[in-house]
Amino acid sequence: MNIGSGSLVTVPSSTGSWKSGDVVSDQFPVGLRVLVVDDDPTCLRILEKMLRNCHYEVTKCNRAEIALSFLRENKNGFDIVISDVHMPDMDGFKLLEHIGLEMDLPVIMMSADDSKDVVMKGVTHGAYDYLIKPVRIEALKNIWQHVVRKRKYEWKDNNFDQSGSVEEGDRQQKPSEDVDYSSSANEGNWKNSKKRKEEEEEVEDRDDTSNLKKPRVVWSVELHQQFVQAVHQLGIDKAVPKKILELMNVPGLTRENVASHLQKYRLYLRRLSGVSQHQNGLNNSFMGHPDATFCTISSLNGLDLQALAAAGQIPAQNLATLQAAALGKSATKSAISMPLDQRNFFSFENSKLRFPEGPQQLNNSNKQIDLLHGIPTTMESKQLANLHHPSQSFVGMNMQVNSTSQHNNSVLMRLSQSQPRTQLLNGANNGSQVSRLPLSMQQSLSPVLTQSGIVDNARGSVYNPVSQASSMVDFSVNQSKELQSYNFSLGSNSSGMSSLTNQGMLQEEVNSDIKGSRGFPSNYDIFNELQPKSQNWGLQNDGSTFDASLHPCMQGTQDVSSQLLLQQGISSTHNSGQNRNAPIEKPMYSNGDEIGHSNTMCGSQLNSGGGNMLAVKAERFPDADHQNTNIREQFGRDDLMSAFLRQQASVGPVETEFGFDGYTLDNLPV
Amino acid sequence: MEQLQRKLAEYTTSLYNEKILDEQFIQLQQLQDESNPDFVVEVVSLFFEDSERLLNELAKALNQANVDFKKLDAHVHQMKGSSSSIGAQRVQRGCIAFRNYCDDRNVEGCLKCLQQVKNEYTLVKNKLETLFKLEKQFVDAGGSFPIV
Repeated sequence: MNIGSGSLVTVPSSTGSWKSGDVVSDQFPVGLRVLVVDDDPTCLRILEKMLRNCHYEVTKCNRAEIALSFLRENKNGFDIVISDVHMPDMDGFKLLEHIGLEMDLPVIMMSADDSKDVVMKGVTHGAYDYLIKPVRIEALKNIWQHVVRKRKYEWKDNNFDQSGSVEEGDRQQKPSEDVDYSSSANEGNWKNSKKRKEEEEEVEDRDDTSNLKKPRVVWSVELHQQFVQAVHQLGIDKAVPKKILELMNVPGLTRENVASHLQKYRLYLRRLSGVSQHQNGLNNSFMGHPDATFCTISSLNGLDLQALAAAGQIPAQNLATLQAAALGKSATKSAISMPLDQRNFFSFENSKLRFPEGPQQLNNSNKQIDLLHGIPTTMESKQLANLHHPSQSFVGMNMQVNSTSQHNNSVLMRLSQSQPRTQLLNGANNGSQVSRLPLSMQQSLSPVLTQSGIVDNARGSVYNPVSQASSMVDFSVNQSKELQSYNFSLGSNSSGMSSLTNQGMLQEEVNSDIKGSRGFPSNYDIFNELQPKSQNWGLQNDGSTFDASLHPCMQGTQDVSSQLLLQQGISSTHNSGQNRNAPIEKPMYSNGDEIGHSNTMCGSQLNSGGGNMLAVKAERFPDADHQNTNIREQFGRDDLMSAFLRQQASVGPVETEFGFDGYTLDNLPV
Repeated sequence: MEQLQRKLAEYTTSLYNEKILDEQFIQLQQLQDESNPDFVVEVVSLFFEDSERLLNELAKALNQANVDFKKLDAHVHQMKGSSSSIGAQRVQRGCIAFRNYCDDRNVEGCLKCLQQVKNEYTLVKNKLETLFKLEKQFVDAGGSFPIV
């Protein structure tokens, strides 16, 4: 796995040679450090042996508490955790949560219990995978993928806001603090995205953190000021995160958030002090901004600062150009401007920042600007312009396409900023989250994306774990069964569903089976038609992260076709060329909080072949009750509509096994 | 030695045919190597120990005036897990049935199932012990695995 930027991170000290996160040694995944927790001694021993045979470094323990203490004592001592669900001293899911919050390691759950609800629980709690016992060695052989995926996305995310400070070391290992890394659970994803859409506040609230990894904290101006105050109060030497946290007294802020921010701040100060001799800001320091112009071009400076601060890489020339053009003053006021700088510097979320305000200079300077996170990007000016225009449509762009180019990410970020979306999950997405793109955005984004090759990246990045271990395949089969039943039950509460649900057919077979199901033939035909397109919709997760939020709206088309799903519009990225997604965007997210919101009429699908892939279809099949005319237009399929209408007529709100409400499109903001 | 080999092979086959053991056991055997030459015996011994403990717990739990079905279920679940891990298929299936009775809170059904599971367990224990003996004889006679 090669992370595209040059500024890579020195590997924090770790025993695993591949832990640098971007460079995978030839030996990888040899040496993967696994912690396995199971109260059953037989299984524990077997797992240990299997893992050893996979050339992993195994530590086993039979108590969750012990496991936690291992993890706490060796924060970077493990790469992945495998845990049983049913344990006497602590519920496996609780352990999962703890690990997610404290150490942010990928956790794989396993159990002899293969019932849907337990598996679902795994998904919603953020497990990276769920293995059914008896576990076969093939299943274990592939667990390294979870680590790689996680690191890949976290790296990206980290890179956005702290590229300069990456070398600080452990950050790389624990990127979670600022990374809105939610677990691979799709629910987490859409919850986040929903939040992003609804909340534009600066600090992400953490109501869902119990199920998610730490959400990103956006350091707003006010927050940063509080931080700076606290630091000054304590004295820069004595400012430790814990004390700063206490002084700041911001609910929901964690020590880790403060710690990472402090790191950045220290870097910033270092840079400042290195430059203080220079009168002009014509060096790499961004401190030399005089107040007056500073204020007026605050946004511009803010951009600079952010970019500079975060990246610390602004070439002198650019900076000079910028400063000369914008400010042209000496740095006598540098001291004064410092606080302002800080403010802007850290105001990632500065909504004042708008491209138009200083676009000329920005463009001219060809600077690396990242509105959101100061991530140095090499955004070309015209690209900026391009981006800016469609930016309006990029509402809540949460798409984190697996673009391997930073550039793309910056684009995304910028777009998201122009929409006051606070949470941009750049790179926070692990594979499963990639699709977290609001559909509308996707649609308009698609041209941009295509330009920037994001789409391709996304597609490429879709992880298609074709060769899943048998246990995972089994899992996926189960899932698909579940899905089908899930979908079907939504589609109709007729007893005919049972026939469908009982079919353990895998995705590919769905269509044929579907045709057999009563009441849906028309739908399926439509879906079949859609199928080819939907095939592009990649998938994402390894199936264990089956998102409960996938609304089983989709009747049946299990397959590739279309059903929609995951809010994570991963698939949408694939279908960038296809404008199905447009209307879906918000509904996707708003639906998100209602699991099973039928609005989205999405079915999550697992590709049976791949084992566990959720076909996220960012399409929304309009419910008859709603106006989803745009969708209709999107699809240009009146027959689809009519099929749905028919379906709708025949179906009341159906409770799926997951307790979703069949058709409640109320939230659909069409 | 050839005779031993044949005996061993036949015995092993019968175990699979009778569903006393399933493919998972083969997985275990495949895990055994020079660094862990007694792996299978080791794991199976762990299984025996743990199962006996669980069976005792189950009997105790069912003996209570107020049966704690949750606890019962937890034990059965664990037994199910461990038996499936070594491939003791019949035991595993017995556990599955047992769990259904637990769900139904059917004490009598549970008692019957417990007996069933005990029987299956004893059976697999004996069979495995015999298997190990045969294997040892085979190895002592100069044989080595895998049997071609």
